[in-house]
Amino acid sequence: MNEIIEFFTQNKDMIFIVVLMVFVGVEVIGKVPAVLHTPLMSGANAIHGVVVVGAIIVMLNSEPTNYVAMVLGFIAVFLGTLNVVGGFVVTDRMLEMFKKKK
Amino acid sequence: MNLDIIHIIYLFGSVTFILGLKMLSNPKTARNGNILAAAGMVVAILGTIFLHEGEVNSLIYGLIFGAIGLGTVVGWLTAKRVQMTKMPELVSLFNGMGGACAALIGLVEFHHNLDSPTNIAIILAGMVIGSVSFSGSIIAWAKLNGSLKNAIRLPKYNILNTLILIGLFAYSAFIVWSGTHNETHLFGLFTAAILYGILFVIPIGGADMPVVISLLNSFTGLAAAFGGFLYGNQVMLTGGILVGSAGTLLTLVMCEAMNRPLFNVIFGAFGEGEAQQSSGDGSQGTVKEVGPSDLAVQMNYSNKILIVPGYGLAVAQAQHVIKELEQLLEDRGVEVAYAIHPVAGRMPGHMNVLLAESNVDYDKLKEMEDVNPEFSQTDLVLVVGANDVVNPAAKTDPTSPIFGMPILEVENAKHVVVNKRSMNAGYAGIQNELFFRDKTSMLFGDAKKVLTELVSELKALD
Repeated sequence: MNEIIEFFTQNKDMIFIVVLMVFVGVEVIGKVPAVLHTPLMSGANAIHGVVVVGAIIVMLNSEPTNYVAMVLGFIAVFLGTLNVVGGFVVTDRMLEMFKKKK
Repeated sequence: MNLDIIHIIYLFGSVTFILGLKMLSNPKTARNGNILAAAGMVVAILGTIFLHEGEVNSLIYGLIFGAIGLGTVVGWLTAKRVQMTKMPELVSLFNGMGGACAALIGLVEFHHNLDSPTNIAIILAGMVIGSVSFSGSIIAWAKLNGSLKNAIRLPKYNILNTLILIGLFAYSAFIVWSGTHNETHLFGLFTAAILYGILFVIPIGGADMPVVISLLNSFTGLAAAFGGFLYGNQVMLTGGILVGSAGTLLTLVMCEAMNRPLFNVIFGAFGEGEAQQSSGDGSQGTVKEVGPSDLAVQMNYSNKILIVPGYGLAVAQAQHVIKELEQLLEDRGVEVAYAIHPVAGRMPGHMNVLLAESNVDYDKLKEMEDVNPEFSQTDLVLVVGANDVVNPAAKTDPTSPIFGMPILEVENAKHVVVNKRSMNAGYAGIQNELFFRDKTSMLFGDAKKVLTELVSELKALD
């Protein structure tokens, strides 16, 4: 029990962010029309590409002689970028069409 | 000083994600919302690289920019070149890449955090979720692009999957509590998570893939959030949790549209439906066929026509031909509109995107609730490559696996013409009694081919 409270106290700012963001996430897409489900899913898909920031931090914190970290980090940054760029571009392509006809 | 600025940048990034997602849920602001979130992402990435504290070898900078450059070129070209009909599987593929990224972070960071059980727990959680999301998305991708056609079900797959899931938890708990430094366990857990992702998605039918992708999407968000927790990185945390919670809600909204509880999607309630398929084929009487020339005449004399597009239209890439047909009919004074079922196609909203591509008016796309009362005043309904979403069994037959799913009530129209390639059952694997009704005629063939014939027959009527 003490450990849980200690964990909470040490990470209280993070835990606050987590809890509040859960509500924000639900609130933000609460009233989305079915038409936009696919672009919305695709847009959200691009946003979780933010994981690439973590991959960059991995590389920045590693020694260049740590080949395993270098190779895995390189692949991770590459895949994360693929997620971000591909995600945003494909979402934009979907939405471009919605705009054209109006 | 650098450290202070990075927090402001991360705050900016988080705000653009929230605003971007908010704007994405409104047709008018959606495109700008996407661009705003993308801009926030670029700033967050550049900030992370340039405002890093401490000495960094220039080789590492080179590698980072190399990886980003390569990822940008490949991602950009793939996204620009893909056909609109292939988008759902592409989203799944990109999602898998994000999951793999999270998994790799976990594999590397494990060694750096051996003295902190809390960090190890966070790392393992991110790695397991990322791996499941990766392998699951790859399977979903393979299913959607047709290279993996059938749902593969191991005997007692539900029990097996549940056991593996419990095993994953137990194994993770063991690694955290034993404080083991042994890499074998790390890779053992990694392999088990990959395996679970495969077994989790592989029994699920193609019709449920959108729900699965949406669910895996929120998994990847969660994996990113664990990364944020590990580094105390706010932008990863906010972005990840935002997608995690919004993605979960979106998954539930999609399930609601299909009237398929999430539990049934995952544990497969379509199982019995497939048994009916074999016995149901052809045993429900005869169907009437109609050719393009007769249909052209019939359409020409109709006052009001509703078109129900489905996956068949997407597969045949018939969205441009159908627009041409609509135009021709309108020139002849026929009122034409499209009735869009919320889950028509392979993803919710897929049909809207496709029809938008061929410049169909936004106002002509009618959603299910609005259009259902209109069928009774409609002379002719043309169903193009849709099946389950117009199956009256969903309303009348409590034993049907799709019973309770909201459908387009096309059977209320005066005439129904169904275009299909063959009499094969739809994705739910059940026969459609609508095809055997008196007012229904079948127009067999590839959607693009028969619609092109229909268009030339209509032109020839002058």
